Amino acid sequence: MNGLVTCAAAGAVILVLAPLVAVFGYLVYKGMGSINFAFLTQIPKPPGEVGGGMANAIAGSALILFLGSLAGVPIGIGAGIYLAEYGRNRFGNVIRFTADVLNGVPSIIVGIVAYGLVVLTQGHFSAVAGGVALAIMMIPTITRTTEEMLLLVPNAVREAAYGLGVSRWRTTLSITLRTATSGVITGVMLAFARVAGETAPLLFTAFGNTYWNWKIGQPTAALPLQIFTYAISPYDDWHKQAWAGALILIVLIVASVSAVRLVASRGMLKGAN
Amino acid sequence: MGVGIKVEKLNAWFGKTQALYDITMEAFANHATAIIGPSGCGKSTFVRCLNRMHETVPEARATGTVRIGDLNVYNGTAAVQIRRRIGMVFQKPNPFPTMSIYDNVAAGLKLNGFNDRKRLEEIVERSLKLSALWDEVKDQMHKKSGASLSGGQQQRLCIARALAVEPEVLLMDEPCSALDPISTGKIEELIFELKERFTIVIVTHNMQQASRVAEFTGFFLLGKLVEFDKTEKIFTTPSDKRTEDYITGRFG
Repeated sequence: MNGLVTCAAAGAVILVLAPLVAVFGYLVYKGMGSINFAFLTQIPKPPGEVGGGMANAIAGSALILFLGSLAGVPIGIGAGIYLAEYGRNRFGNVIRFTADVLNGVPSIIVGIVAYGLVVLTQGHFSAVAGGVALAIMMIPTITRTTEEMLLLVPNAVREAAYGLGVSRWRTTLSITLRTATSGVITGVMLAFARVAGETAPLLFTAFGNTYWNWKIGQPTAALPLQIFTYAISPYDDWHKQAWAGALILIVLIVASVSAVRLVASRGMLKGAN
Repeated sequence: MGVGIKVEKLNAWFGKTQALYDITMEAFANHATAIIGPSGCGKSTFVRCLNRMHETVPEARATGTVRIGDLNVYNGTAAVQIRRRIGMVFQKPNPFPTMSIYDNVAAGLKLNGFNDRKRLEEIVERSLKLSALWDEVKDQMHKKSGASLSGGQQQRLCIARALAVEPEVLLMDEPCSALDPISTGKIEELIFELKERFTIVIVTHNMQQASRVAEFTGFFLLGKLVEFDKTEKIFTTPSDKRTEDYITGRFG
């Protein structure tokens, strides 16, 4: 019986891992051939011309994700702190429910909201609008995981700080949040990885751009958008580049999540949980 | 040097439930005072009222007068100010899990804005020596986490952390109840030495412990102080029948 359960569990693990390995393997198989120096450093060539690359889209994605995180991470963590430390009341429950609903809102609708909020008031598409859309998508995930992680910190730890005459806000920031850091970072990276591959909310916010753009107020290229455009195009060369772009996107997400985890774990101590 | 504690007509509530009734007693400077009584009698609530930790629980409140030296605890002074002058050690060792041993001891000062590194080093060393932990941790106090120590060491770390802010009074809420006999012995020895510098109030479940470490003992029952006297008197010739019944093991 023991063996049977072990086998079943192992089988489930394989079923979970198989699609991941298959997707990644297929991406490498299809995309690896098109990745070269030009792909990583050049902007797209006009349709019909062979060559060019997605450098502007990689940079654009980084810019939009940076803007999104700049707004989404502090707001999400702040709201999570509120819910965990002060939100044991009706207002807290309303926020919790709102965050959960927001988490389930289709991403294209978030895009429409950002369009209405930013693009219409600004009068044109922009990286900021894309950042706002991604921030809205990040906030509920970060809020809820931050709350859960803070609630895992034993109350005895807070009491220890109060007993030393440390004020409540200082306890929350320097003791409770610090104790929960690794969990909070996991939540942030989860949200980041999720929005990094989003296409729909960027369609009519960041819009895309075939040239370099560093101005946050201008339409900006993004990897997912570029992949989408290239994938539905009739050109063979663009199809290949779409595969390559998809591979780069996944590699960059995995790399940035790993990098943050590595840096965060440097600051942790041995023996601490 | 320690200062005396005077409590007059202290009442405490959790919401609508009254937990303490008109407690009037004293804890003398540089002596240890034990608080004994069965579970739920208000021992912990009593010591938590002394440094206003009681009010960190939602809907908890207290009335009455508590004087610690010249400090009027329930009149005008901010709770955080009071807690800096009154150290507290809890039932379960609660070091800050993500901090090193050194940072744990320095936490009270650092978090209150004290940043003189050289002074901090001195204070940490002195506090760890006072709590008899220095020799065991001095080589790796910057590298090892407070949570990696054994239970008894963690509790002495918590004592060091409380001493680092240089309190006048040390409140101990069943500090040995989660510890093995050897660690308990170490902490009891420590209490003896700490009395020279601090006034100690110790809540304990263990009557033998009270008789070992404290000169004075208060017996609590159902939120009331039944008897307060010299420890010897309480354990040999108590004046109240209920005290006698409790210490002879007829209930509790």
